[in-house]
Formats: sequence, structure tokens, C-alpha cells
Amino acid sequence: MRIRLVAAVAASGLVASVGACAPATATQSTQPRPATPATQARADTSRPAPGAGGVSTPNADPFPSTYVVPASRPTLIRDVTILTAAGPTIRNGSVLIRDGKIAAVGTTVSAPADADVIDGRGKYVTPGIIDDHSHVGVYAAPGVDALSDGNEATNPVTPNVWAEHSVWPQDPQFPRALASGVTTAQILPGSANLIGGRSVVLKMVPSVTVQGMKFPGAKYGLKMACGENPKRVYAQRGPSTRMGNVAGYRAAWIQAEAYRRRWDKWNADHQGDAPQRDLGLETLAEVLRGNILVHNHCYRADEMAQMIDISKEFGYKIRSFHHGVEAYKIADRLAKEGISASLWSDWGGFKMEAMDGVRANLAMVSAAGARAIVHSDDPSGMQRLNQDAAKAMAAGEQIGIHTTEDDAIKWLTINPAWALGLDDRIGSIEVGKNADVVLWSGDPFSVYSRVDRVWIDGAAAYDRANPASWWRTDFELGNVPLPGGGGK
Amino acid sequence: MKTGRIGIAIAVALALTLPLAAGAQTIAITGGKVYPVSGPAIDNGTVLVRDGKIVAVGVNIAVPNDATRIDATGKWVTPGLIDALTGLGVSEIGQVQATVDRSARGDSGVAASFPVWEGINPASSMFPPARNDGITSVVVVPTGGLVAGQAALIDLVPGTLSDMLDKAPVALVAQFGDPRSGGSGARGEQYARLKELLDDARTYARRRSDFDRAQTRPFAARRADLEALVPVVEGRLPLIVNADQASDIDAVLRLAGETSVKVIIAGGAESWTLANRLVSANVPVLVRSMNNIPGSFSALGTRQETPAILRRAGARVVLIGNGSGDAEVFNVRNLKYDAGVAVAYGLSWDDALRAITLTPAEVLGVANRIGSLQPGRDANIVVWSGDPFEFSTRVEHVLIRGREVERPSRQDELMQRYRTYPPAYRKP
Repeated sequence: MRIRLVAAVAASGLVASVGACAPATATQSTQPRPATPATQARADTSRPAPGAGGVSTPNADPFPSTYVVPASRPTLIRDVTILTAAGPTIRNGSVLIRDGKIAAVGTTVSAPADADVIDGRGKYVTPGIIDDHSHVGVYAAPGVDALSDGNEATNPVTPNVWAEHSVWPQDPQFPRALASGVTTAQILPGSANLIGGRSVVLKMVPSVTVQGMKFPGAKYGLKMACGENPKRVYAQRGPSTRMGNVAGYRAAWIQAEAYRRRWDKWNADHQGDAPQRDLGLETLAEVLRGNILVHNHCYRADEMAQMIDISKEFGYKIRSFHHGVEAYKIADRLAKEGISASLWSDWGGFKMEAMDGVRANLAMVSAAGARAIVHSDDPSGMQRLNQDAAKAMAAGEQIGIHTTEDDAIKWLTINPAWALGLDDRIGSIEVGKNADVVLWSGDPFSVYSRVDRVWIDGAAAYDRANPASWWRTDFELGNVPLPGGGGK
Repeated sequence: MKTGRIGIAIAVALALTLPLAAGAQTIAITGGKVYPVSGPAIDNGTVLVRDGKIVAVGVNIAVPNDATRIDATGKWVTPGLIDALTGLGVSEIGQVQATVDRSARGDSGVAASFPVWEGINPASSMFPPARNDGITSVVVVPTGGLVAGQAALIDLVPGTLSDMLDKAPVALVAQFGDPRSGGSGARGEQYARLKELLDDARTYARRRSDFDRAQTRPFAARRADLEALVPVVEGRLPLIVNADQASDIDAVLRLAGETSVKVIIAGGAESWTLANRLVSANVPVLVRSMNNIPGSFSALGTRQETPAILRRAGARVVLIGNGSGDAEVFNVRNLKYDAGVAVAYGLSWDDALRAITLTPAEVLGVANRIGSLQPGRDANIVVWSGDPFEFSTRVEHVLIRGREVERPSRQDELMQRYRTYPPAYRKP
């Protein structure tokens, strides 16, 4: 992680003191623990309804999304260059947005009479940018201890925590991400822990509650972390080594598979009382059932290979390696295993495991046939993911790897959509997809281009020309002098 | 598969590990679009270099027969870029303490005598990426405390520290922000301590012999620190003060107004609110162009238009890298993109180039040697394939003091090694 390193170091001191007097771990005791059924929610008239009479249901979506697609008028963007992330660039094309969806795209699109028609001459349209690695909301701005909620650094294995319970919807970093073309982001717990907890996928929309930002129907992710961060944070209580890290992952999965078996059995036969729920193992069991996607912070190639082996030992899939600064060393393997790589173009050097970061990483991974994703892990980087892609394209060029804009746009849109399991709904400009659309002042891979407008589900979410319309969080009122931290 | 420029460069460098020949050498960079910065751009211009210095810049310049020619037709030619605030050279791997020599222990937050450059490791693997991307000089600054220490201007030439040092000290560095980090309990105490230090340095300068005979009142700092403060209070050495909050910048300006201290504001997140005062006080600002997050209570008003607003008011603006924290030194190379982003947020292109070349040189008092392409200046020159600020542009040549200095970085070597699978070193 980037900025969060500071938090992790700070946490390290805390944990050292807590660890000395803390009782034995809670969630990872060796006691047999209950399991979870994906099919649990089916009708069972012999028991009271969830919430009535003290029988809760595992994985019954207890914090459901309350997001509602806003009403919007049809919008036609015409005479514009479209990077669709689903095929070749369309020049002098048009995109019609209606009822929250992409209604038409091509060179001959006619507008309904009531459409808002936007002249896109000289401009570009792309799908909304998707950041599959952000801590916005859980490490909110300003960066004070009171808002530092990203690492439950009290135990190296905390699959029981959910990032959404730390998200502060008034984080001023949200509107800034939106104004940079980000429409969807995965908010993850930090990397202090081997298993850090559940992620949440959010739309960049204003809401008093996190539920109002949650992407309806998005799967949860599980944050795992390799290498230096966990062993540094837990140096005093352990794990303090990489072998200790691996033992920690495996111990957790062993418990998870037992828990899963117990619940699956009970769900099949309903013999006796239901097993006791365990929040952490419930999450891990859902990973084993394929219902939660694994996002694994892992810098080094050798560690990624070991994590792949662990995933095979326990029968789960890794959806994406995050911060894989050495992904280029095993890009062929990632392609073969169908694992995506969520990467920076040029962050590296700040710790031993980041030393081998190279700027062409994205291009090299992409050329090897693996899904390359530009991610941020940083609220400032989150605002210039397109620029990160441009740097990686240029670096690839220098070693003879040519990346077209049609490929590079995928690093920012459809590939992260896949990593989140949402590629059927977002990530490309195709008819029927959610109308998450960005209008850029020019080529998004130019340093001089700015985001002019953003639509989420067809509704106008940002318009650079109209500062009065910009989303300002409650925190910013009276604290931050200008909307969005600046003028148009 | 194309071998690519870096592949060839690596092959050459591995064959010739010695630096390119020193001594008398004439180089002519011809046919490029030349940006001297000190004057208007010159189409199809020539830059003539001899013995490490620029000897002519313009059109219709006679190229001597013995000159090595660099054909810059279709290319852009600029002065080498200067990052005026970095830890490059004194911080290599941020989380490996043994490679970090940036912060002195000091005495109650005062480390004025700390010569940060004595910790520079010329062999740092962080230098090649920076210079290969057109950075030719940097100001290495200490951090931490109230008075962090002395900064040095270095040229990124391969060689020893003596080879690299351009001006040391080039400035003294202080922080005026969160007082807790500087050993004070409140901003007012921080102000009073800084004022007392400057007063004592002034008194010390007048009464050195009394001090040596123990015939002065006690001073707020040790002798070595007072000595280091003397050129600052006498206005001979600038004081770079890191300050973001408008009220902190205001305090620094008031403090400077009472003295002859030449202040440079660094960071300056909210400096745009004080643009006119900075102009009237003739105080330059080292500022970033990618910050718009109210990340601390000292920087709630930070915005990306700051360089443009300051410039429009007439302030002297130096762009510094956006890199922060442990990875800053890895990305000194991205200074050109900070300039590009500043342009996207309203700074003129010419001002942006000036803000990473001639203006830092002027602010640091070295414009007679670096920062522009003029006869007599050091031949710190970059040839670019196009607009230096664009991502798609490549660096074609980097000259420092008249010598080509590109060497493959370890990142270049790694990319070459893993360009194919299995990696090259496992091939038969």
C-alpha cells in the first residue's frame, strides 16, 4: 500500500502493546466453529423469520444497498471519439443514454426529440473509470486518527470485519474521484492483516449512508495481504516471518473448510440445532463457495506463486493480485491461471518488496495475455488512473510492446469490472450496459485532458462547467473553501 | 520482436561500463525546436556545446567539423529539469532505515548545522531513473524538526559526491506547520522559537569572540547551529520554510518581514489565498500541482490551480514533484508530468517549463550556471521526442555538463530480462 503504510507503521506500535496483553485470538481459536450456507435463505417455516426471535441468517445481505437509479432525461453525445473497451475506437460517433442504460452507440445514432444533445467535437467518451483498489471512505480526509478506519490491526486474521462499516460517506475524497471520471470503486480494508476483511463496491454518488452508495448486487471481495506489511505489524505477536504468514493463511482456510462442511451438512439435513454462526468463517466459507472474490495484496512474484498454490490447496480462486509490482515476472502464469493483476505504473522502491517495480509492468502483463488493471490504493492516484495507464503505455513502447488505446482503456474499465464480477453490467460502452459514461475534454491518455462530464446510470453526476452543481460533502461546508477543491 | 532503445542501451552500457570520455568535446545539437527558457523558442535551432558549457544557441550557427552531432530534427530541446525539493540520494528504500539519511536527530528540533549532502550515496539506484527522464539537477533537502538542516544542489552526474555537488549549502530548511513535529506544543511557541533562533544567530554573528570566551548570555542553539544560521540572518542563504496553512504562511511572512531573512515557501497548499502578499514580499513558492485533497487540517484549501493563480498574480512559482512519502525518490522522474498537469489547471506552458528550469535556478541563486540554454551556462540539456510534458514523449538524450549521462537503470535491466518468458537468464 502507499499512504496506508504510515497507518500500518503506526498500527504496528499499537499492536505491539495490545499484543502483549491481549487474550488468545477470538476468531481463530481451535474450537470447531459453525459454517454458512449459500442456500440458507430458502424458506424454512419451522424457524422464525430472520430478525424475529433471534435467528439470524448467514449471508442474508444484512446491509442491503438502498441505491436507486435516479430518473434522467435521454442524453445523446454526438460527434465524439468513443473508446468503448469492447472493440475498436469509434470516431465521429454518438452514444445515446436512456433510462440509465446505454441505448445506442455507433456512427449513426438518432436522438429522441426530448434528448439532451451534447456536442462532443474534439472530445472523447469512455466508460466510467473503475478503481478496484481504494481506501477512500475508510481512510478519509483529513487524515486524522479519528477517521483512520482501514486496518483492524488487532489480529492478523480478521475476515469478520467489513469495510463498509468503516466507510464515511462524507469523505471529500469521493467527489474528487467522481470528478476524475471514477464511477465505481472497490473499497478495501488495509493490508496490515493476512486476511483483512470484506471489501465493498461503491458508486461514486452522494449519500448520507454507505448503503446508498453500494452497488446493487455486487459481490463482496475478501482482502488478503502478503509479505512485509503483516509481518511488520505483527512482529511482536506473530506472524513475524513470511513462513508465519503462509501458516496463518492455511490455518484460516482449514477452519473455513470445516465450518463450510458443517453448515452445508446442516442446510441439507436440518438435523438438530443450527451450528453457531462465526462472522469470520462465514466470509471465508463464502470464498470457498465462490461467492466472494479474493483480492490479494502481493508484491513479489515468488509470493504470488505461493498464494496460487494455497488457493489450489483449498479450492478457491484468486480474482486479482493487487500491487503486483513483480507481476511482469510471472505474467504468463497469471494468464494461464486466469488471475488479473491490479497495478500501478510507477510506484515502487519504497520497501524491499517494491524494489523491482517497472513502469512497463501493465503493458508486459497485458502483452502476456493476462488481465491488466490500473488501480490506485491512493486518493490522489485514484484521480489520475488514466495518466497511470498512459505512462505504462509509453514505457511498454520503449521496450517494443505497443499498446493501443483500445487495449489501454480496458485496463481502466472492463478489466477492473471483471475483477469485481461486474463486467456484465459496467466497464464498456455497449448497448444494455449501465450508462456510466465519462466525457473527456480530449484524449484521456494526454496529460492535458480533463474530465468534462460524468454520468452514472444515465444521470448527470458531474459537470465541470457548472461548479454550483458539484457534489460537496458535509465535511467540506465551512471547512474547504471551494467545491471540489478548485475551480473549473 | 523489436529490441527497443533500452535493449540497445543496455548492451552498449554493459560493454562500456566506463563513463563516456571526459575533457574537451564539442557537441552540436541541430535542427530541433529549442526552448532556451531565457528567451523565445527557436525553430530549427542549434545548441553548440564545448567543454561542458553552452557556447552558442540559435539559428545559422556554424558547427565545427570536429563536433559530435546530435540530430534533433523534429525533436524538442530544453534545459535539464530541476527538482527543487527532494530526498533523492539520501533516501533509497524508504522502509529500510539503513538507506535513509534524511533527518538529523538535532537538538530540540534544531539541526541547522546538519549537512544533508554528507549522506548522499552517488551509487543509489534511484539516480538513473531520474536522470534518464531528463532531471539533471535536484535540491536534496533534509526533513523533520523545526530547523531540519542544510540543503544542497547537486547535478545528477555519475561520479563521486564531489563530482555531483553544485552548491552546498544552497538553502537552510525549516518547517512551520504542525508544531508537534518540530518539538513545540503550539504554533505560537513554534513562532517564538524560530524568532529566538534568528535573533540569537544575529547576536552570535556580532559577538563570536565573546561567545568563545563564554561572555554572552545563553543562546537557544548550539554554536554549530548558530553558525549555520548566520548566512540566513544576513540574507546570504535562503530559508526554505515548509508551510501549507494560510495562517502559517502568513506567520512566516511576518517573521521574515521583521528581518532580512530571504524566505522561500515550500508546499504552500493554501498559498493561493495569499498570492498578492507573496508577490509584494517577493517570496517565491515551491508548490505541487496534483494536490486537491484536504488531507490535513493544515491543507484544507489545497487546490490544483495554485501554480496558475500564483503566477497570474506575478509570484515566482517553482513546481516540485508530487511524489510523497517513501516513494518520492522513485518518482522524481515524474516532475515533467506535474508541469503538464499544472498546464491542464491553468498555468501557461511556458511558465510550466520555466517553473522546473529557470525559476528554481533563479530562486536558488544559480541561474548564471543552470536553468536555461544560453552561452556560458552548464550544458545541462535534454532532447525530447516531442512535448516534454506528454506521456507519449520519450527522452532521447540527456547531457549534464556537456556529457551524455543516460545509463540503464535497474528497472531497464529488469524489463529487458523479463521481456520474454521464460526470462532471458533461464534461456540456454
